[in-house]
Amino acid sequence: MTADGIRQAIIQIISEIAPDEDLTGINPDEPLRDQVDLDSMDFLDIVMELRKRYSIEVPEKDYPQLATMSSTVGYLLPRMESL
Amino acid sequence: MRYDAIVIGAGMAGLAAGLRLALYGKKTLVLERHSRPGGLNSWYRAGGYHLDVGLHALTNYNPAAGRDAPLNRLLRRLRLSRAALKLAPQKESWILHYGAKLVFNNDFACLLDNAQARFPGAADGLRKLAAEARRHYMEDRFFTGESARARLPEFIAGPMLREMILMPVMFYGCAAQDDMDWGQFLIIFMSVFEEGLCRPEGGIRPIIDLLTERLAAAGGELRLRAGVHRVITSDGAATGVILDNGEVIESGAVYSSAGWVETAAMCPEMDPAGETAAGAGAMSFLETIHVLDRPAAQLGLDASIVFYNNAPRFAYRKPEAPVDLQSGVVCVAGNFGYETPPPFEQVRVTHIANPDYWMQAPDAQYHTAKDEWPVRSLAALPMDLPDFRSAIAFHDTFTPRTIKKFTGKLNGAVYGAPQKHPDGATPVPGLYVIGTDQGLLGVTGAMIGGVAVAARTALV
Repeated sequence: MTADGIRQAIIQIISEIAPDEDLTGINPDEPLRDQVDLDSMDFLDIVMELRKRYSIEVPEKDYPQLATMSSTVGYLLPRMESL
Repeated sequence: MRYDAIVIGAGMAGLAAGLRLALYGKKTLVLERHSRPGGLNSWYRAGGYHLDVGLHALTNYNPAAGRDAPLNRLLRRLRLSRAALKLAPQKESWILHYGAKLVFNNDFACLLDNAQARFPGAADGLRKLAAEARRHYMEDRFFTGESARARLPEFIAGPMLREMILMPVMFYGCAAQDDMDWGQFLIIFMSVFEEGLCRPEGGIRPIIDLLTERLAAAGGELRLRAGVHRVITSDGAATGVILDNGEVIESGAVYSSAGWVETAAMCPEMDPAGETAAGAGAMSFLETIHVLDRPAAQLGLDASIVFYNNAPRFAYRKPEAPVDLQSGVVCVAGNFGYETPPPFEQVRVTHIANPDYWMQAPDAQYHTAKDEWPVRSLAALPMDLPDFRSAIAFHDTFTPRTIKKFTGKLNGAVYGAPQKHPDGATPVPGLYVIGTDQGLLGVTGAMIGGVAVAARTALV
């Protein structure tokens, strides 16, 4: 998967978890939680969907790396490149 | 076949819990004895009409509220879009109490102004009550063990206004007689008066359809006409169920929305005695749906919901008579702000009923009573309501016996036993209660409870 593919996959997951949120024009370098109304349960759902869909385990210590879209894509790229 | 989770009952709590468990990636099976999902909130066809069962109105409307508002939080957990529910707000509702009238709508200020005009100084107390309710909600304190009747005078000085505020709150979610838990009172007070009432366009069916579709999309299964005969245990923990037809299905956990006493009947390892059994099944209702040949508003019936009581004190208790006509709730389904008005008008009239009478009456007497009481009910409606009897095109009545038949609820007690179990735990590991005997009541409350128990148990 490319960086853009991963970005699309993340957007897809968030749009399913938070169907009433507007996800157009997300600034990749601003914290996601400042732009989209996500709480800690939503965040766990994102991690869970990554596991369900792509068999990717994100350990709790790595959660801070999912703060922005850029950092999320950067974190996932080496793990999803081969998918 | 082995599942991670079996949910007994495809009502609002069961569907919500099943969906949430499936979203957690659990292999989930929802079992429903009836041929249609929905449980206490379902629909059926009669007289050529699609009629709703159960649903008067959804609480917690509040479109302006943020993510932390109960309904929005619930929808997020289930990944449902609020727009998909097509919620139509109430116009205005009335509380008629022994000659006094209060009007409220989905703007809390309306209730404050009305109360203040009739009971000077009341607005301040109601505002404090709302703040107290919000505090309890934010702290998840839904049950305090205190008496609402004992605590209310701190906020509402006058006995008449206290009765008027208690009436809708008790009608819309009190399983106990005469009094209710203070925490539960506060949550329903907030849900009804501050957050407001609405009805989904098309009634309950679109919500049931949405939940069942999403359950399937998330990988969950729903089996209808699949009643559970017995919960099976191994070394004292729940390990599956036996269906009425003898089929054995294994599961890591079992979530029962049947009710505490009803679940204990399926699982002898769960002692049914004790506090929960005490007082279970006392509060039940008689409800008649009247289909009108024209919108009720054309008859001058403009209110969305009318709560009324003709005695100085609101008697929320099992009556001596088969039905208590001193009080009631009239819900006019057409008087909500729909985008597309419903194809016909449904007016439902609900009264407290004596379940012993309706469960035990011999068949002939039962059927006569079922014909007679709706007629008496209409004759006893308050004078403030226009007489709509000549516009009735069709009617159908549910008694406690009807409710028992279709939902399995002991005595047709729609609100379950007074003793609730907010964490869903039972004495049997792996067996959890959701729905009426878990915690909050009503469509929104049942779904919130189902999701909460699913989250608490699936994430450990």
